[in-house]
Amino acid sequence: MSHTTEVVRLHVNGDSVEVGVPAHFTLVEALRYGLGLTGTKQGCDKGDCGACTVLVDGRPTLSCILPVQEAEDRQVTTVEGLATPEAVHPLQDEFDRHGAAQCGFCTPGILCSAAALLDGNPEPTRDEIREALSGNLCRCTGYTKIFVAVEAAAARRRGR
Amino acid sequence: MSGKRPSRDDFAVIGRPQRKIDGLAKSTGRAAYTDDIVLPGMLHGKILRSPHPHARIRSIDTAGAEALPGVHAVVTGADFPTPYGIIPWTPDETALAVDRVRYIGDGVAAVAAVDEDTALEALRRIEVDYEILPAVFDPHDALAAEGNYEAGDYIHPPKREGWNGNITKKVHLEFGDLDAGWKAGEIEVEAEYYFEGTTHAAIEPHCAIGRFDGDGRLTVWSSTQVPHYLHRELARVLGLHPAEVRVIQPPVGGAFGGKSEPFDLEFCVAALSRKAGRPVKILYTREEVFYAHRGRHPFHMWYRTAMTRDGMLTGVDARIVLDGGAYASFGLVTTYYSGQLLTAPYALPAYRFDSVRAYTNKPACGPKRGHGSVQPRFAFEVQLDKLAELGDIDPIELRRRNFIGANTRTVNELRVTSNGFLECLEAVEGASGWKERWRRLPFGRGLGVAGSTYISGTNYPIYPNDMPQSGIQVQIDRSGRVAVFSGGSEIGQGTDSAMAYIAAEEFGVPLEHVRVYRGDTDFTPVDLGAYSSRVTFMLGNACIDACRKLKRRIQEAVAEHWEGEPEAVVLREGRAFDPSDPERSLPIRHAFQIAETRWGTLGETGSYNTPKDVHGQYRGGTIGASPAYSFTAHIAEVEVDPETGIVTVDRIWVAHDCGRALNPVLVEGQMEGSAYMGFAEALMEEHVFKDADHGRAGLHNAPSLLDYRLPTSVDTPELESLIIESVDPEGPYGAKEAGEGPLHPSIPAIANAIHDAVGVRVDRLPFSPPRVWRALEKAREAGALAKPAHPADRLSSRTEVGA
Repeated sequence: MSHTTEVVRLHVNGDSVEVGVPAHFTLVEALRYGLGLTGTKQGCDKGDCGACTVLVDGRPTLSCILPVQEAEDRQVTTVEGLATPEAVHPLQDEFDRHGAAQCGFCTPGILCSAAALLDGNPEPTRDEIREALSGNLCRCTGYTKIFVAVEAAAARRRGR
Repeated sequence: MSGKRPSRDDFAVIGRPQRKIDGLAKSTGRAAYTDDIVLPGMLHGKILRSPHPHARIRSIDTAGAEALPGVHAVVTGADFPTPYGIIPWTPDETALAVDRVRYIGDGVAAVAAVDEDTALEALRRIEVDYEILPAVFDPHDALAAEGNYEAGDYIHPPKREGWNGNITKKVHLEFGDLDAGWKAGEIEVEAEYYFEGTTHAAIEPHCAIGRFDGDGRLTVWSSTQVPHYLHRELARVLGLHPAEVRVIQPPVGGAFGGKSEPFDLEFCVAALSRKAGRPVKILYTREEVFYAHRGRHPFHMWYRTAMTRDGMLTGVDARIVLDGGAYASFGLVTTYYSGQLLTAPYALPAYRFDSVRAYTNKPACGPKRGHGSVQPRFAFEVQLDKLAELGDIDPIELRRRNFIGANTRTVNELRVTSNGFLECLEAVEGASGWKERWRRLPFGRGLGVAGSTYISGTNYPIYPNDMPQSGIQVQIDRSGRVAVFSGGSEIGQGTDSAMAYIAAEEFGVPLEHVRVYRGDTDFTPVDLGAYSSRVTFMLGNACIDACRKLKRRIQEAVAEHWEGEPEAVVLREGRAFDPSDPERSLPIRHAFQIAETRWGTLGETGSYNTPKDVHGQYRGGTIGASPAYSFTAHIAEVEVDPETGIVTVDRIWVAHDCGRALNPVLVEGQMEGSAYMGFAEALMEEHVFKDADHGRAGLHNAPSLLDYRLPTSVDTPELESLIIESVDPEGPYGAKEAGEGPLHPSIPAIANAIHDAVGVRVDRLPFSPPRVWRALEKAREAGALAKPAHPADRLSSRTEVGA
């Protein structure tokens, strides 16, 4: 079936890439199907669950309702971009230590929201963490281990 | 585990906080779920769904779809008409509708095309000619349909002579002398309850990929939680020898019972791939996930419960109508579970239940976390609270007095082994400050308690057979690496990790040296699946069995090497050593090499099968029988706004007897996730359908994750986990279940806390603001809106009857 295809230029996890996608693609579709970056998940495809959250210019963004063209010329960070070659992000390590990822399907999106929180607020209260993650549904954990892991990562980043 | 109970210090790995073996893969985006897999030449499949709740299919014309460029295959029900069903006695589904659709959303045809857009366009070109049939949405209407219906208008052919075709199952069971129970009873409560339907809403939508190879072999990748049952049903429905079918289960993004039977997409990807000669993927949309459902049955319940003045239960009677939706699913078992699992942790001297499951023209209900027993537990634990109120007894004290004990049989002959329920009660009582705070908090704030029990798997498998329920293969080699081949289903609960902990414990190797290979019916032994909280208990025992057989050979070889006794060889924390002789100590890798030299290539299998002699001696007496039962107690603290009816749950204390916590971090995760899910059902979630006055009858009211209200991080209460370890004699290292039991008491604990806060009862779920507000208004009009009094403050001559 014919549909308009476009070439878009994306900056993802430090790489600048051109990718040809159907013009109606959202950012999550371009990431998953165009670039093979499957770490970002699709849970509802309508902006309700937050599983597809990525950082666009450092802000948590629902990639399933962002037309791919709107991500051009902006810096996109996905879960694959949180770690450095030397070490995983403190959040990733603390999620692992505290069992904050059960099925793991919401985890990439939650990590992106939490990373943005810690970048702007190095010492968040529990209520601030609840608020920052309120757009990311988790069905497994009851959120408790996630709060604990975010608090632990924040403490580590502050050098304790 | 004979002799003394091993303590935590006897273990190097078990019982200590550990990381999961797949934790980093999941937090770095490396874990590849089914939808993350792309095969060369893969096509995209879509399913056409019925717009009618009940209709005969006169004809389907697929010519327009087939003619569309880019479409590679189209299938309809006629391509695979063999009926199937997860319960072998109720095979009432087909992969796609053959001659009739039974709910809005029933699959009718499927296409495979080069991309999703083409597949969607192809669906629009399929023409289905329907003859509309009368539809029924209320289970009571469905049961009373006689006379209003032509025979062919029932949803299914009658399951049994004398039943109408809207009945899945009837169960009537009676234990003990109920007449004597009523006579002995001095205080009685009789009330009706309604549990609204809810759904699983795993964040990963169902996904499957089918690939038919040129040699006639089929591989299906699926987000299923029951690869073995899927394997069986795929072979049956597609007419293949089971040895030609391979099911691969990538990591599953949540399930909760919602992926515990075959779904239309798994059959469709297989059939489409066979026709197209290319791999085919189908990913459900979120809306399709809501229609696929198989979630919590709505239950209409009536209970009569009696006790003596001093708080001893004397009789329980229940009548339950289950709203089953369009197909049987697990419904036969659900109907039994609606009564069978109520008989602990309290001793019931006399008990009767009468349950009937009706078909309705809505998505089929099935098992959701705490299958069939969460609903009656809600009603019963509220009944106990009402009895305690009438009897001027502290509700925790009432529960203590009726405790059934350990190593006993329930009134319906279930064998109970370990039982830590009293410790659970004590833990939540202490942690919540119950003695000082219950009935003493200001108006609008309250505490409520509830208890429960749940199975650690079922003694009898879904299809009758005497083969093991769980199998494991282990293999070690000269590198020091341990490989575990597990048929277990990793759905987020940490099964793979649990098997790794067991192998690391038994062989004395570091956790990083254990690999778990899993989720592939071609190279892992059979495990029946991740349902009924069976995996830790059954697969764990199978894993211990395999490891110990192999360990024995290491011990023998090393003993030979040392000229000592095998029993003296300890494998722990990276070394093989003889505790009585400091000279005798080797790195574990050397021990493996000595064993490989002595025996050749090293591998073993292990299995677990359930006790088959401990069920009730009556028809249905096998249902509910489990090798061990978990026990739970919750206390919830709530705030009720008397002006708006808004209920806020501030905190839930969750005490759970899991036998032994193989990894306390994972057990707490299950307890918190369960309590959250119960809280969600208590206050927010409703899986409901429109009626003709509010849109199209049978249409899902809110098939999205925005409108079907899952609690967010802001809504969820603080959850405090208190692990109780009763150490079960038959569980692996004493472990029982933790994945489902801790959901049960959340709902009645919240209901009872609402009563403590404002003195009103809300016996229908969910406790939404309008419903609570109406109850408050009623009390206000009657001049009775007040906090209930503490029994110690009440006049002993109280004679009021009824709650």
